[in-house]
Amino acid sequence: MSHSADTATNPSDGLASGAVPGSVQSIERAAAILQVVAGSGGTLGVTDISQAVGLAKTTTHSLLRTLLLVGFVEQDPATGRYALGAGLLRLGTHLDVNELRARASNWTDALAARSGHAVRLATLVGEEVVVVHHVFRPDDSVQVLEVGDVLPPTTALGKVLRAYSHPHTGHRPAAGAAVSAAELAEVRVRGWATEQGEYEAGLGGLAAPVRGAGGLVVAALGVSGPRSSLLDARGLPRSPLLAMVTDAAHAVSRELGHGGG
Amino acid sequence: MPRTRSRASWGTAVADRYVLAVDQGTTSTRSLVFDRGGRMVAVRQREHRQHFPRPGWVEHDPMEIWANTQRTCAQVLADVSGRGDVVALGIANQRETTVVWERATGRPVTRALVWQDTRTDELVSELAARPDAGVVAERSGMAIAGYFAGPRLRWILDHVPRARQRAERGELLFGTMETWLIWNLTGGPDGGVHVTDVTNASRTLLMDVRTCCWDEGLLAFFGIPAAMLPEIRPSVGVLGVATALSPALPIAGALGDQQAALFGQACFAPGEAKCTYGTGSFLLQNTGTELVRTRSGSISTVAYQLAGEPVHYALEGSVAVAGALVQWLRDGLGLIGSAPEVETLARTVTDNGGCYVVPAFSGLLAPHWRGEARGLVAGLTSYVTKGHLARAVLEATGWQTRDVVQAMAADSGLSLPALRVDGGMTTNNLLMQFVADALDTPVVRPMVGETVSLGAAYAAGLAVGVWSDVEALRRNWHRAAQWSPSPARAEALTAEYPTWERAVQLSIAWGAP
Repeated sequence: MSHSADTATNPSDGLASGAVPGSVQSIERAAAILQVVAGSGGTLGVTDISQAVGLAKTTTHSLLRTLLLVGFVEQDPATGRYALGAGLLRLGTHLDVNELRARASNWTDALAARSGHAVRLATLVGEEVVVVHHVFRPDDSVQVLEVGDVLPPTTALGKVLRAYSHPHTGHRPAAGAAVSAAELAEVRVRGWATEQGEYEAGLGGLAAPVRGAGGLVVAALGVSGPRSSLLDARGLPRSPLLAMVTDAAHAVSRELGHGGG
Repeated sequence: MPRTRSRASWGTAVADRYVLAVDQGTTSTRSLVFDRGGRMVAVRQREHRQHFPRPGWVEHDPMEIWANTQRTCAQVLADVSGRGDVVALGIANQRETTVVWERATGRPVTRALVWQDTRTDELVSELAARPDAGVVAERSGMAIAGYFAGPRLRWILDHVPRARQRAERGELLFGTMETWLIWNLTGGPDGGVHVTDVTNASRTLLMDVRTCCWDEGLLAFFGIPAAMLPEIRPSVGVLGVATALSPALPIAGALGDQQAALFGQACFAPGEAKCTYGTGSFLLQNTGTELVRTRSGSISTVAYQLAGEPVHYALEGSVAVAGALVQWLRDGLGLIGSAPEVETLARTVTDNGGCYVVPAFSGLLAPHWRGEARGLVAGLTSYVTKGHLARAVLEATGWQTRDVVQAMAADSGLSLPALRVDGGMTTNNLLMQFVADALDTPVVRPMVGETVSLGAAYAAGLAVGVWSDVEALRRNWHRAAQWSPSPARAEALTAEYPTWERAVQLSIAWGAP
């Protein structure tokens, strides 16, 4: 079981590369540490914590580093003492999908009206990209409400959710071989994703991340329509549309209590 | 990430013309600016204080509301300055709320009596018992009820010292909220225009619903001096110039809020209907230029009037408790943390488990009109969970919509091609699908949810030529979502409907003395 500590010390290789996830024992140990940290009110350093849980200081240190990385504990840079992290609080304030729709609807309606395209808001439910809200393309053609439908990860919405899903605390949409790690890295850098017919020939999409109060990406908001009306010949989003989508995503993020722009 | 957003980037025409709308509501005053496409481009809002001096009494300070109107109008005009010309102002207002003020000073003689205020209940019972009470329903089109403005005006005349004498001498003026705001906007004591729109006038019980004039017989019945009444004007047409705003704008439209929503939903043809799902639910169906005599529990009301054209009428079905029941689930029972979570809770089960909730918190309005009814939860067994209760809460709103639609169909003989919906509860997909199935009618949500203020903007813009005719407004209406009925579910709900009706009868029986 010493392997568990190794997994914890190098988490970025752990889950992502498909290595054996942490054992039950390491979870028990992490839970014990969290209980001690919670009870201490932020007054203990690594030595005190290791004594309290009866583990070697190196093992305790490794576990604390992982808990720090996922945001379950925080460390005072001046004293080195540990306290519970904001990530734990976020676990208790799960964003209800119906709440998300109600909070977003003013902005999604305005985006559809201004852009002339259908708007979808999607979030991860387990591993799946699920449509939470759908506003029709404003041309009064026959359209069917897609709320609750599952979208493939190759959609712009799926790419945004995949690019920002946290490898430790979040879910990740089922890996789509069609979306390269390089594209996802690019999505993270520029803050939006496109879809150029990967999902359906001729169909284009453009989506941006929606952040919750704690800063995590909780949803993706985007438009879809004929590829040529959304994207130029090089596959880049047409500029008024890009501003509309990212502005709407920022507006919904603010509505959810996210401070930054 | 582009940081500058030029006007061109939003695709706005250079010489765009905008319309300002004021939505003077029960809890707040909102000023909004709309473009020619009917899209909202700016909004400002300010809440006002609710005064509850005694149980059942609800009052607003008219001076506070006037100040909020000036302030939000100035803010929103500043928001759009440089982007286009604002060419007209339209007003939508909380209906039946009653203001009386001094012509010389503009000072209200008392706070406004709000539509929710029940202090006139006793007065209304006395009036209804009079042998000549039949004149009210005959001429105004509506039975005497404390819901309307006339009895509130009578109460003020009876209770404010010297009010009746002063009103008879022409020193006091009466108005609903749009009248109060228009008078102030056009100069107040210095030449303010004293007018009301025909939809608001129709909610006083003082107007002949066929001629759309104040009726001498009704004024005599309620004891109201004619000198204090505003002039009745069409809803669409220039009423005056709002010199209190900068720039001064023609006030070119005014409607009661529910009629404004009907107008904003572009329900211009007989049979077209909208339902606003808020605290309560308000369903209005356009019935054209012929007045429908009601027998089934809906009421006939004025829908709107374009200057120089005949009045259009509507049937109305008001339900007191819709979203308020979800709030009760949240605040009264603590079963959910926020209103939208009711859908999450309801989806934990697949049906109501035999449970029905009749939310007759303070009686039932349309189509039952039973003030004595009280709420109940029926069909409890140990099988029922909070999920079933959440579903029954949502279904109650759907069933009540069916009650109202059935009554209207019986009265008007008009079929309902589709129900246009707006209001906060339209983000609830479970409820909207239930309404579609319960009515066996498609339910559609428009792209612009701000239908009340949009209707006021439409009325004003139509009067000054921003839009050529109602067909141009109809082209602005776009579907944002549609819930289509499932034939199997519709059939099942029709079979289940008598069970709901039985629960309603139980709630009436429970409240009966």
